[in-house]
Amino acid sequence: MARTETWRVAFLLVPLLAGAAAFAVDAPTNEVKIENFTFAPEAITVLAGTKVTWVNRDDIPHTVTAQDHSFRSKALDTNDSFSFTFEKPGEYAYFCSIHPKMVGKIIVKAP
Amino acid sequence: MNGSDHGEPLQDDDDGVSRRGFLRCMTWAGTGVLWMANDGLPRSVGLSSALAATAPKPTGLTFLQISDSHIGFDRPPNTDVLATLREAVAKIKTLPVKPSFMIHTGDISHLSKEKEFDDANQLIREVGLPVFYVPGEHDVLDDEQGKLYRDRYGKGTKGAGWYSFDQHGIHFIGLVNVVDLKAGGLGNLGEEQLKWLEDDVRGLSASTPIVVFAHIPLWSLYPEWGWGTDDGARALSFLKRFGSVTVLNGHIHQIMQKVEGNVAFHTARATAFPQPAPGTAPGPGPMQVPAGELRKYLGVAHVNFVPGNKHLAIIDTPLA
Ligand SMILES: [Cu+2]
Repeated sequence: MARTETWRVAFLLVPLLAGAAAFAVDAPTNEVKIENFTFAPEAITVLAGTKVTWVNRDDIPHTVTAQDHSFRSKALDTNDSFSFTFEKPGEYAYFCSIHPKMVGKIIVKAP
Repeated sequence: MNGSDHGEPLQDDDDGVSRRGFLRCMTWAGTGVLWMANDGLPRSVGLSSALAATAPKPTGLTFLQISDSHIGFDRPPNTDVLATLREAVAKIKTLPVKPSFMIHTGDISHLSKEKEFDDANQLIREVGLPVFYVPGEHDVLDDEQGKLYRDRYGKGTKGAGWYSFDQHGIHFIGLVNVVDLKAGGLGNLGEEQLKWLEDDVRGLSASTPIVVFAHIPLWSLYPEWGWGTDDGARALSFLKRFGSVTVLNGHIHQIMQKVEGNVAFHTARATAFPQPAPGTAPGPGPMQVPAGELRKYLGVAHVNFVPGNKHLAIIDTPLA
């Protein structure tokens, strides 16, 4: 799948950029793993301007959907990813629109 | 747990349901459920027993339930969901009494793709019966949340695809509880559909047997895994006055059954892959089983209705 490959490349770049720029948030906190019908970690804190990537490690598709609809992924099949860059500080609550019991939060701080 | 165990139909006792039959039903794993409406409350029997001489002889309406085909899924424990659907179809075609129609309780596809719906239709069409569908959450994953599904299956339906029809004196209601889900919640019917339901049953006499079918269980089966419907109780409140209500669901890929007053709840097996029993795994993803065992966990259901009986008879039949 072309889309998956593209995301994988983007994903590999994240740790490199983090290493190069001293002010960057640690790379691992930019990734949210979707596993066993949960977002892990359920809440992360990032600086404004950070790109957050979700990767689906389940055998079942999930989505990443902001409660305020400010971002929304397509259905992510196994190993598909979705990224979104948070420009404005604030708290962004999101859930899986297919399995709404799955909820998470991104806390964005001013740099 | 083998096919011959399923030969005995559920027997009525004082509270209308056999404890032994109930437990037996809970241990089945499988493919299809044969619903037999003998008197308003359904009893389920596996397809294999429906095929066996010991099966109750259907004398009224008989219809079939299949569920959770997940065409497009290609991972363990089932890398060929078309093959298992094909086997379910073959089993249905060999039934001695031809059912009047089928219902499919959703998750026809895995990712709501045209080709997945096409492939499913091509196989299901071979049964040669009318099929009544409701969508599962996997059927409404397109950008327009179910437009593809509604274009194919939604003719004559309302809203996200709900409808009702009458067959053999039974009022059938197909509900949609997989769209517009709320963060932190469960399955959802929504105000518009609830209002429609209330109106839909208003003019019916209380002696009309009711069969409701929807993808996600309407009862709180295991909310921790999302196995329930937030406003399911409100839907059921409109059906309280009816003497016989049967609720048929899919979604959980295993048989669960309970009876509460006049309402019998039943979930069918998938034709694609099993899921773990509530709380027995970290999450409700596909349950891994040995390749040789898979077909014991898949199946269809067969339902028989005989006027005058309170309960419909349901036969759950595993693929193997
Ligand atoms: Cu999900």
